[in-house]
Amino acid sequence: MFRRERSIPLRGSAAALCNNLSVLQLPARNLTHFGVVHGPSAQLLSAAPEGVSLAQRQLHAKEGAGVSPPLITQVHWCVLPFRVLLVLTSHRGIQMYESDGSVMVYWHALDSGDASPIQAVFARGIAASGHYICVGTWSGRVLVFDIPAKGPNIVLSEELAGHQTPVTDIATEPAQGQDCVVDMVTADDSGLLCVWRSGPEFKLLTRIPGFGVPCPSVQLWQGIIAAGYGNGQVRLYEATTGTLHAQINAHARAICALDLAPEMGKLLSAAEDTFVHIWKLSRSPESGYIEVEHCHGECVFDTQVCGARFCDPSGNSFAVTGYDLAEILRFSSV
Amino acid sequence: MSMRTLPLLFLNLGGEMLYILDQRLRAQNIPVDKAQKVLNDIISTMFSRKFMEELFKPQELYSKKALRTVYDRLAHASIMRLNQASMDKLYDLMTMAFKYQVLLCPRPKDVLLVTFNHLDAIKEFIQDSPTIKHQVDETFRQLTETYGGLSAGEFQLIRQTLLIFFQDLHIRVSIFLKERVQNSNGHFVLPVSGPVPWGTEVPGVIRMFNKKGEEIRKIEFKHGGNYVTALREGSFELHGDRVLKLGTNMYSVNRSVETHMSGASKNLASRTQESIPPNPLAKEELNLLARLMGGMEIKKPSGPEPGFRLNLFTTDEEEEQAALTRPEELSYEVINIQATQDQQRNEELARIMGEFEITEQPRSSASKGDDLLAMMDEL
Repeated sequence: MFRRERSIPLRGSAAALCNNLSVLQLPARNLTHFGVVHGPSAQLLSAAPEGVSLAQRQLHAKEGAGVSPPLITQVHWCVLPFRVLLVLTSHRGIQMYESDGSVMVYWHALDSGDASPIQAVFARGIAASGHYICVGTWSGRVLVFDIPAKGPNIVLSEELAGHQTPVTDIATEPAQGQDCVVDMVTADDSGLLCVWRSGPEFKLLTRIPGFGVPCPSVQLWQGIIAAGYGNGQVRLYEATTGTLHAQINAHARAICALDLAPEMGKLLSAAEDTFVHIWKLSRSPESGYIEVEHCHGECVFDTQVCGARFCDPSGNSFAVTGYDLAEILRFSSV
Repeated sequence: MSMRTLPLLFLNLGGEMLYILDQRLRAQNIPVDKAQKVLNDIISTMFSRKFMEELFKPQELYSKKALRTVYDRLAHASIMRLNQASMDKLYDLMTMAFKYQVLLCPRPKDVLLVTFNHLDAIKEFIQDSPTIKHQVDETFRQLTETYGGLSAGEFQLIRQTLLIFFQDLHIRVSIFLKERVQNSNGHFVLPVSGPVPWGTEVPGVIRMFNKKGEEIRKIEFKHGGNYVTALREGSFELHGDRVLKLGTNMYSVNRSVETHMSGASKNLASRTQESIPPNPLAKEELNLLARLMGGMEIKKPSGPEPGFRLNLFTTDEEEEQAALTRPEELSYEVINIQATQDQQRNEELARIMGEFEITEQPRSSASKGDDLLAMMDEL
């Protein structure tokens, strides 16, 4: 059972994007950072455990040519071995900041080279993998940036080809030891999933084809890929083989966000149908097959949810954003 | 975001505008032949080939302010006149109606069915005018050509672009409040029952498979909603049952339609107080706008046909009152490109509007915009 906690007000409402909430948990400092995209601006704020907002900052996409100010597609904290960077993707390029958003340390302008006039050009999909930050783009290419332990000397080290349609989301996890070599999954608008091994050169291990709907959100946990689709389904795949092991008819509208609480293997799914569901992932001790059970469902009345994240590694609390909603809703288990 | 959104936005808002005008023309007892002429003039202007050509070019969405200018001009493409207060109310109703339709579309692709619903109804309005009906059918074909082959992902981007356009708009509309489709805080009700979208399964089932792909377990869970399977898919053909009711005429029963202004300002404050620097490229938008409107062939009122004023409110006093009490944040600050019908006299404006070919000197877009602004000041 979960109960509503005090909401955190936002300066601007959340935009109808997918994965529109990023959370940075800082238990040592008793703080949680939240990041939400409003449109041409994104809002960062930090809150105390009771939900009291302590500090906030607004970031904007770098200006460029065009009729209106460029829109931000995503904002996400990347936790690297020696530092945390905040990454902001927009219709112009990729901006990286120190974790509190105070200083921009890197700017990468998107190359719209072969885009036809009808094509929207943007970056979307952000994840940290070891000391790399991977960012997806409108063309399907995934840009891999090599991040030094400190300072602004960030270098674009590789461009991964694997997708033909705009990237939606990227998920990573530390390599699980000898047996599990998969540590990154990328997803796109056609529903295709690409499974990678990271390194000085990223290697494409396998592809999991789509089935006619976008895959807006993906997560990776202990060799299990959890993918949320535009038709409301969550599918679980064995990462090394790409085999489908579970199919959940989870939502009645497109899924907009997935998140994982790694300590307990809890999966959070949120969709435009106003529902947020929590699932427990596990492996059968006999067969080793992936199993899943439903733990909890929450209806966020009259809200087209656009972002959802766990606020602690065990999945005892989570936060939700919704289109047109100028607050972050919080829930914690009783 | 998506560069393909403007035609859908324009046609659906235009459709809502016609529904409302039709209802008000009947409510105000305007003679049938006059009312029909008004609708014919507006519809034929909306669907003129030249205008559609400009509309379907890949481009970013205009701001709400800029788009309002287009409808201002469109509404005055006939002998009918609207005061500022009535025009404001008309635009409020149009935008909230289409926002509702986009939000409630089961699949992103269904926005095309909503558009077809509007076009089907428009064809009913002008069924006695084969020429105009042909124009509408042409537009239908163009829509199918432009959107027929798009993927679900591309429609999702279009949907997100439309929702960004409508973000933070919470004007309360009495017809929506009465039907419990909108809450008193201006947010729409999102039902958790009814048919699932075509292509989606009813939530509540988990299937697990072994490595050979054989189903080994099936569990049900309580998902919280009350959904049923979708019966059939709506038709995307020129004629057919769209199945979806969104985009059909909700004013066809004669009722007074009011919008509430008070109480909506709280949410709008966040929209207007954006701390971004003023956009130096507003002129760029004006140029696009000019080109779009240049395609609009406004008919000159022929003969001694007297114009008349349409009121979106029940009385003149109400209209005056609305004009005085409209909250600051909701004013559209319309760019008044006055409809000077005599284009020969206003050669400069006509040229800037893209009517003539500029062959002598290439003019930079900045100076083009300057001229247009200067022209507007003089009008």
